[in-house]
Amino acid sequence: MAFAAFGSANAPAAGKPTRSGKVVIALLAPGLAYLGAFFLTPLFALIMVSLEVPDPNGGYAEYVPAFEIGNYFYVISEYLPHILRSFGYALAATVLALVISYPLAYFIGVKARPWPLLQKLMLTLVIAPFFISFLLRTLAWKQIFSNESWIVSSLHDIGLLAPTQYVVGTPFMVIFGLTYNFIPFMTLPLYTSLERLDLRYLEAGSDLYASPSKVFRKVTLPLSMPGIISGTLLTFIPIAGDYINASGDFLGSSSTSMIGNVIESNYLQINDYPSASALSVLLMGVILVLVSVYVKKSGTEDLL
Amino acid sequence: MAKEFVARGADLELKQIRKEFPGFTAIDNLDLHVPAGEFFALLGPSGCGKTTTLRLVAGLESPTKGKIFIGGKDITATKPHERPVNTVFQSYALFPHMTVLENVAFGLRQRKVADPLAKAKDALNLVQLSHLADRKPQQLSGGQQQRVALARALVNRPSLLLLDEPLGALDLKLRREMQTELKAIQMEVGLTFLHVTHDQEEAMDMADTVAVMNLGRIEQMGAPETLYDRPKTVFVSKFLGQSNLLVGDVTSTSANSISIDVAGNKISVPKNRAEKHKGKIAIGFRPEKATFSSKKPTATSAKNVIGPGEVLDIRFTGVSNQYLIEVPQLGNITVFAQNMTHFAPIEVGAKVWISWDVENSFGLSDLPAKNVKA
Ligand SMILES: Nc1ncnc2c1ncn2[C@@H]1O[C@H](COP(=O)(O)OP(=O)(O)OP(=O)(O)O)[C@@H](O)[C@H]1O
Ligand SMILES: [Mg+2]
Repeated sequence: MAFAAFGSANAPAAGKPTRSGKVVIALLAPGLAYLGAFFLTPLFALIMVSLEVPDPNGGYAEYVPAFEIGNYFYVISEYLPHILRSFGYALAATVLALVISYPLAYFIGVKARPWPLLQKLMLTLVIAPFFISFLLRTLAWKQIFSNESWIVSSLHDIGLLAPTQYVVGTPFMVIFGLTYNFIPFMTLPLYTSLERLDLRYLEAGSDLYASPSKVFRKVTLPLSMPGIISGTLLTFIPIAGDYINASGDFLGSSSTSMIGNVIESNYLQINDYPSASALSVLLMGVILVLVSVYVKKSGTEDLL
Repeated sequence: MAKEFVARGADLELKQIRKEFPGFTAIDNLDLHVPAGEFFALLGPSGCGKTTTLRLVAGLESPTKGKIFIGGKDITATKPHERPVNTVFQSYALFPHMTVLENVAFGLRQRKVADPLAKAKDALNLVQLSHLADRKPQQLSGGQQQRVALARALVNRPSLLLLDEPLGALDLKLRREMQTELKAIQMEVGLTFLHVTHDQEEAMDMADTVAVMNLGRIEQMGAPETLYDRPKTVFVSKFLGQSNLLVGDVTSTSANSISIDVAGNKISVPKNRAEKHKGKIAIGFRPEKATFSSKKPTATSAKNVIGPGEVLDIRFTGVSNQYLIEVPQLGNITVFAQNMTHFAPIEVGAKVWISWDVENSFGLSDLPAKNVKA
């Protein structure tokens, strides 16, 4: 919106491509070609596959093009628990990541301003886990919380866990893993917006009788909204489609399967391509709807 | 603290305030008393510590040493939001995520004052901006933002209002209007205003008391007329209006006056208008209090005369001319004279004598950094 005000003043007359218009097209062309080749084409193929039906004359895992909308009703009725679980886990992990990241980002971006070296050090620490493959790190957590680990045996000893209960394979473990793996994606955008926060607004707030907690709610939080929005989107969307953390090979079990795991097993194990594709398209559609409602509600369309 | 709207201002007292930033002392032993209901102007050059002083009073900075009292209560350790003080910030600091109206209503909402929006609208009316109530601050001009900042602070009717160059971004006409408006509000409600400005005319025009600040200290404080008529230091004599300064040793003392010798000229000043009575002192006079003539006037015990000098430059400023006259061994002297005729009475290069009444001289406590050669 703010940009629109500038744009209209020197926008070239519509219809006639000016010199700068040609340059813009030339510069956009590679990107558009890339999008066409690697996003639109596969998307189209995916949608087509999601509507296929088993080949009546063929054997196992052979399908023919059709227009079977029923595939969608089938996957919804079959996998509704997984769909709900995916978004439930994603919501929980995103909220947790936000609650953990906000104070961290606030400290790095605001409190540590007088010490730039400390800021850089802490930012490096936030990114440091990326230097090790996230598969390895996730497996490491599985080790730490394994049934034989001292953590779990202590939990048994103090009675927080019943003797037959374990940590790996529970929703808690999966949400923990998701939160852990995506925290940097939340912290970095939060940091970027808090780092730019003009402290004079906070001073003005306290000068106008707002207590520190009121200043936080009325000034700091709204001003860091762009960071919160992009952070939550950057975590929620990939988490909803994640299939590593919830998989039985890592932190989950069959009772924690998310859409990603269902898609994986449909594609790679039982070769039900139409169902897998329908689930993928569904996942994308639901995320798209959720995100646009979310962005509309939080009034930051400028961001997209 | 709920919804009391103060009926009148409170007095402010700073005692022995010192403020150190890492490696830099911004305020040094500042003592200041602003009586309740007064319009007090803090005048000083850039970087002298005016904003720092206001921030100390607002609680946004805590003093290294010293105490601050508002209405007789020690508030040195009180949090900013608990002080009965509002600030018009030099940088405005309008909340960018709120409309103009919400900005103005912010303080009222925090204090749970009834009907904040109506009161905010009234305040916007006062600064002639009610038509922009629904805009965001970024969509306003600098001067408009400044007026919103003014409304946002004023609407709270604080016992003490701190204004950090609140009119700096306004054009002359609007500035005069706002000055009148501010003064009217201050008188009507009886608030205490601590007004920081670069603009000496604004300070002298609006304030009951002016304090001239330099290098983190108050150099002199008093009614505008007193400060102008009887500056005590070189800095004040030059910062508040212009002054001609002459430096020499005290050669004779009579019952009422003392005289110095400046390159053979005897210059006198009434004893009660001089800070120092012995040794080397500086005597000053205002350019508009002096006259020049092309014939040498006779020096008397009531009149100082120097000259002859040569007119170097004549600057036309409309109602008056500023004459720059070089007097050998004394340096350059400025004289203002009203343009009573449509032509200047003398021309560049003319030879003139300068004279002024002894009782219009003032003796300073210090010497100019670059002494005029004797
Ligand atoms: N946070 C700070 N750290 C170090 N020095 C500071 C800080 N804030 C202000 N200063 C210094 O203190 C001195 C006084 O600053 P202040 O802002 O009070 O000046 P001012 O009188 O308001 O000037 P201006 O008229 O330009 O606004 C300046 O020399 C400034 O550089
Ligand atoms: Mg300042």
